[in-house]
Amino acid sequence: MTSYSPSRVRADVPQFHREVRGRPLAYLDSASSTLPPRAVIEAMDRYYERHHANVHRGVYLTAEEATADYEGARAAVARFINAPGGAGEVVFTKNTTESFNLLARSWGASQLEPGDVVVVTEMEHHANVVPWFQLRESRGIEVRFIPVGDDYRLDLSHVDQLLEGARLLSVTGMSNVLGTRNDLAALARLAHDHGALIAVDGAQSVAHGSSDVARDGIDFLAFSGHKMLGPTGIGVFWTRRSLLDAMPPFLGGGGMIADVRTDGFTPADGVARFEAGTPPIAEAVGLHAAIRYLEGLGPDAVEAHERELTRDALERLEGAFAGRVRVIGPGDVTDRGGVLSLDVEGVHPHDVAQVLDQHGVCVRPGHHCAKPLMHRFGLAATARASFGPYSLARDTDALIEGLAHALDLFA
Amino acid sequence: MANLDDLYREIILDHYRTPRNRGELPTPPARRVEGFNPLCGDEITLYLELADGRLADIKMTGRGCSISQASASLMGAAVKGKTLVEVRAAIERFRQLMTVTETRLDEGAEPALPDVRSLGELAALAGVVKFPVRIKCAMLAWATLAQGLDEASAD
Ligand SMILES: Cc1ncc(COP(=O)(O)O)c(C=O)c1O
Repeated sequence: MTSYSPSRVRADVPQFHREVRGRPLAYLDSASSTLPPRAVIEAMDRYYERHHANVHRGVYLTAEEATADYEGARAAVARFINAPGGAGEVVFTKNTTESFNLLARSWGASQLEPGDVVVVTEMEHHANVVPWFQLRESRGIEVRFIPVGDDYRLDLSHVDQLLEGARLLSVTGMSNVLGTRNDLAALARLAHDHGALIAVDGAQSVAHGSSDVARDGIDFLAFSGHKMLGPTGIGVFWTRRSLLDAMPPFLGGGGMIADVRTDGFTPADGVARFEAGTPPIAEAVGLHAAIRYLEGLGPDAVEAHERELTRDALERLEGAFAGRVRVIGPGDVTDRGGVLSLDVEGVHPHDVAQVLDQHGVCVRPGHHCAKPLMHRFGLAATARASFGPYSLARDTDALIEGLAHALDLFA
Repeated sequence: MANLDDLYREIILDHYRTPRNRGELPTPPARRVEGFNPLCGDEITLYLELADGRLADIKMTGRGCSISQASASLMGAAVKGKTLVEVRAAIERFRQLMTVTETRLDEGAEPALPDVRSLGELAALAGVVKFPVRIKCAMLAWATLAQGLDEASAD
């Protein structure tokens, strides 16, 4: 049993102690980035105040401490996602986007031949689309899309055809626009049955429920620290050791080599091969603290809380606006996370968000870096509200009050 | 502090609800130029009729937020019939109006509002600079107009 209490989490997050425009902060943009608790900020402060030195180089005490901090974070990540091969499978990157570029440029460019197929879905973030298109340009691979149905879920009716001859299925754990969660274990089985590997965009799913690459049979996983209560500037790329060992380096420079001569270089073994240059050490420390913090809350408890907030919000939005505010996403909360993409009748999402700001409500207007999906539903943009472990029903109160104001102002 | 009323002035809401110079012009003689704001999906198409060194007529289509649409509507009213030199000057004045100064690092500092007396109705958009994310919205039509004039002078 955990003793998870959303209001206690809120008290732990310094930013909730400020007001915006004379109102309490109703932060409903956790799908963009989460707000870090004090434990994360303090861990990073402590690191800079007492331990900072470059890693894997000096032999003096603080250099040893910094290296231990950095490698400790790697071990924590491995445990958090249940990496079967441990810390030696966890590569630190800048963010999810860089992790996908690493996947495409290292694994993709070395393993895929012209004509090979990578399957993504219509609900992917651009981070899991553009690197494949780039590879299509440079290597002549084929990119296929699994469509999204009118129920806002993957339409798997032709999936066998789409996966025919595929080398990789690359899919998000949870849509950052629709809130739809995908059944990763089932998709992994599908991919493997067709002889393909499966890569998962965990940017949204990792922060809002438990992740277990071994249980689900996943081959590659990418996620970002800043969407799971951690700092910006650090992300994770995970893959099984056997796959990792076959991947060539992505960025070249210091730290990633075993040897450099005047006639060439030999890359380092293991994860070091993918970490060129001085890594984000303080950010790794912050991520480690965030993982500890999330584990203390209990991923399942957080997921249940966010599901209940979502159920309540869906019901109250319908009750208050009866169709004038449309939610672009599943109307029920099974296999659905706390993301509410809103289409407000007669009011552009930018204006919705601007009026909400006056109520202290932070939402994100735009296409959410998922233009194929927006196009699928004939929308240029939505105003997206999303929950985090610190969200409370009173944030929904503020959202509804602000939406009523927006409808009124532009009527 | 920046207030919603600074942004959604009555003139802006009026131009949003009842945009001026909507529609198309036959091309040629008019030239057509498109602008996009990739951040929020705003889009605009301008039809410019240039004759005798003047912007003889302007019409526009597109969709977007109230700020981008009202700015486009106000722009059309401000530049229609003007000489190209005057239009260029108006674009430059508007650009200056939408420029953020380096005050953010000084906690609590407010951007100084420029002198807007010469701007007429366009002054209603002066408050946008207090909402820096929205500057792109307000600039869309103007940047598109500038692009259209550049293309015309390159021909
Ligand atoms: C599903 C998904 N994938 C990828 C990303 C990209 O994350 P980052 O910007 O941290 O690289 C995001 C963040 O917006 C996301 O929601």
